[in-house]
Amino acid sequence: MKKVFQLLVDNTSGALSRISGLFSRRGYNIESITAGVTADPRYTRITIVASGDDEILEQIEKQVAKLVDVRDIHELKPEESVYRELAMIKVRAGAEKRQGIILVTNTFRGNIIDVTPESLIIEITGAQSKIDAFLRMLDGYEILELARTGIAGLGRGVDQVIYL
Amino acid sequence: MNGADAIVRCLELEGVEILFGYQGAAIAPFYRALGESGHIRPVLVRTESSAAHCASGYARIREKVGVCVVTSGPGATNLITGIATAYADSIPLVCFTGQVQSDMIGSDVFQEADITGAVESFVKYSYLVRDAADLPRICKEAFYIAASGRKGPVLIDVPSDVLEQEVRRFNYPEAVNMRTYKPTVEGNMVQIKKVVGELAKASRPIICVGGGVHLADAVPQIRAFVRDNQVPVVSTMMGIGVMPSEDPMYFGMVGNNGRVYANRALNESDLLLMVGARVADRAVNRPDLITEGKVLIHIDVDPAEIGKNVGPTIPLVGDIRHIFEKINAYETEADLIHARKDWIATLTSYRERMTDRIPAIDEMQYTDPRRFIRRLSELLPEDAIYVADVGQNQIWSCTHYIVRNGRFLTSGGMGTMGYSIPAAIGAKMAAPDRTVIAVMGDGAFQMSMMELATMRQAGVPVKLVVMKNGTLGMVREYQHYHYHDVFDMVELKGDPALSKIAEAYDMPFYHIETGDQIDACLPLFLEKEESALLQVDVDPNDLAKF
Repeated sequence: MKKVFQLLVDNTSGALSRISGLFSRRGYNIESITAGVTADPRYTRITIVASGDDEILEQIEKQVAKLVDVRDIHELKPEESVYRELAMIKVRAGAEKRQGIILVTNTFRGNIIDVTPESLIIEITGAQSKIDAFLRMLDGYEILELARTGIAGLGRGVDQVIYL
Repeated sequence: MNGADAIVRCLELEGVEILFGYQGAAIAPFYRALGESGHIRPVLVRTESSAAHCASGYARIREKVGVCVVTSGPGATNLITGIATAYADSIPLVCFTGQVQSDMIGSDVFQEADITGAVESFVKYSYLVRDAADLPRICKEAFYIAASGRKGPVLIDVPSDVLEQEVRRFNYPEAVNMRTYKPTVEGNMVQIKKVVGELAKASRPIICVGGGVHLADAVPQIRAFVRDNQVPVVSTMMGIGVMPSEDPMYFGMVGNNGRVYANRALNESDLLLMVGARVADRAVNRPDLITEGKVLIHIDVDPAEIGKNVGPTIPLVGDIRHIFEKINAYETEADLIHARKDWIATLTSYRERMTDRIPAIDEMQYTDPRRFIRRLSELLPEDAIYVADVGQNQIWSCTHYIVRNGRFLTSGGMGTMGYSIPAAIGAKMAAPDRTVIAVMGDGAFQMSMMELATMRQAGVPVKLVVMKNGTLGMVREYQHYHYHDVFDMVELKGDPALSKIAEAYDMPFYHIETGDQIDACLPLFLEKEESALLQVDVDPNDLAKF
C-alpha cells in the first residue's frame, strides 16, 4: 500500500537528513521525497510517498511526528488532495522521428524545452499515472535520460491549512 | 563572557550540581570556565562511555537531567555507547562534546568526528552550535527536550572557537518557545473515561508496569491505584521496584527471563493495562497471543510506542502521573473489588505453586547466586540502590533481589555490559546517604574496572560484587541450549586476581567461595561506609533461565 504524507518542518540544516535517516534506520520504504521552502521561510514543506502495510504506515506517521523538527505530518488522501510531478525526458530524435514525438507530447500537454539535431527534451507535469502513461507512449523511442522530481501535493480547500 | 562561560552559566541556571566528563584540547575552554566559576562539581571518569553511564545513574536517582561533557573526535565517539544506552531506557541526559574549529569542520583535521551525524539514531535531538549567541536558547531547549515527553539524551556539539567566542549579551530564556516540539502531557479525558469504564467491567484485570512509571515519578500513584482498585501487578525488567517485591499484589517480572506465574497472570487476565512499557521482545515474546480475548489498554507518553508492537483496544497518550491522578479520582464500587478476590486468590496460588526449579548447586564447591542475592537483599537497608549489570547476574538479580523502598537500576533496553560501576557512581553521588551496590559478572567488571580510580578520586563509596565464574556466563548458557555445549569465545582465562585489583585501588577485598561463607562474610562487606570489592564464586555451569 502507498500513502502520500505532507510534512511541515522547521527550515533547519539537519531536518531533511533527520527525516530521511529515520526512514533508512527503521527500514521504511520511501518512494519519493520532495522538499521546498514555504511562503514562510522558517518552514519547509516536504511531500513523501511511502509504501508498506497499514501498521508500517501508521508507525511512519508516528515516528516522523516525534521528530523535534517536525511541526505537522498528515496524510494527503487521494480524494481530498491534488498531486503533481514533473518529469524531464531526453529522447533520441532525428528528423524522421521528431514529428511523432511532438504529437504525443502535445496530446499529453507536455512541452519541448530543448531541441538538437539528434535529441529532444520533453517537460511534462501531472499526476504520476499520467507521467507513467506518457512514458509508455514513448515505448518505441530511445530514452537517453530521465529525471523525475517525485510528487508534490496539497490538500484541497482550506480545512487542513495550518496558519503559520 | 565567552561561549564556555555562557554554557557554565546556563548549567548553573538549570540547577546542575555535578557533571561527568573527560578533558581534551577542544573542550578545555569549557573546563577552564567551569573551574573559574566553581559552582558545579566536575567528576573525571576514566573513559568517556562511563561519563554517560554515570550521568544516567545520577539522573535516575536524582530525577534530574544528567550532564556529561567530553572532548571532540575519540572523546565524542567513546561517548556513543553511553548515549545509546540512555536512549534505549529513555534516560534524560544533556551531553556536550567539543568540536574542532568551525572553519575546519569537514576537512578531517586532528580529532574531528561528525558526532551529530553519528549519534543521530540514539538522541532525541542534537545541535551543532555555529554562533555562541545561540547557546542560551540551545541549552534551554536541550534541557527541556531531554526531560519532557518521552525522556532521552540530547547532544550539543560545540566547536572550540565558539567556546572562545565573545558573548555580548547573555539572556537566559525564561520559557522554551519551540514551534515544532510539543509533547502531550495531559491525558485525553474521553480516553480516561473509557479506561475507567472498561475497568469497571473487568473481573480479572492486571497492570503491567514498565520503566516509564519511574521516569514519570508515578510510583505513589500506581501503588494507590493498585490498593484502591485491587488490581494485581506484574512488571517488566525496567518496572522492577514500582511495587515492593514482596507486596501481596505483586506477581513478578514477565517475559522470557521472568516468572512463570507472572506470564500466566498476564495470559489469564481479561483486562491488561500496559503502563510505561514498550511491550518489547524480551518482555512479551508473542504480543499477538497475550491480547487475545482481552481488553488491552496502553498508556504511554510516547504515541509511537502505542501500537508499535501490539494494537491496543484503548490507546491513552500522556504523562503517567497526570493520568493516574485522574483515574484515582474515580471511586471503585465495592462489589467489583469483592469480585476480584477470586482472581487475586488464583494468582496467589500460582505464585505459591510455581516456584522456581533451582538447579542443584553444590554449595560445598560454589555459591548459589540466588541464595546469595536473597541474603544480600535482607542485609541491605530498605532504601538501598541496587545496580545490576548485564549477563546472568542481571537475570539472577531481577528474579531474586527483593526491592523494598529502594531502586533497582540496570541497562534494560541496550543491555550494555559495564553499566553497573559507573551508574552506581552516579547514583551514589545523587544520594550520598543511601547504600549503593553494583552487582556484575567478571566480564562486565573488566569492561569498567578502570572506574575504580574514579570512585577513589571522587571519594564515592560504592559496594561492588563480582560474580566470578571465569566465563561470559549468559552467552555460555546460550551456547549450552543452542550449540550443544560447544563454547566458543567465552572463556575468561586471563582474568586478574581481584584481590590484587582491590589492593591496587586501596579497597578492602572480601571473598565468598562457597555457600556456607555467605552469612559470615556479607555483614563484614556491608558494614562500613566505604568502597569494597566482594568476589563471589559461582558455578560456570549454573543457568539463569529455568
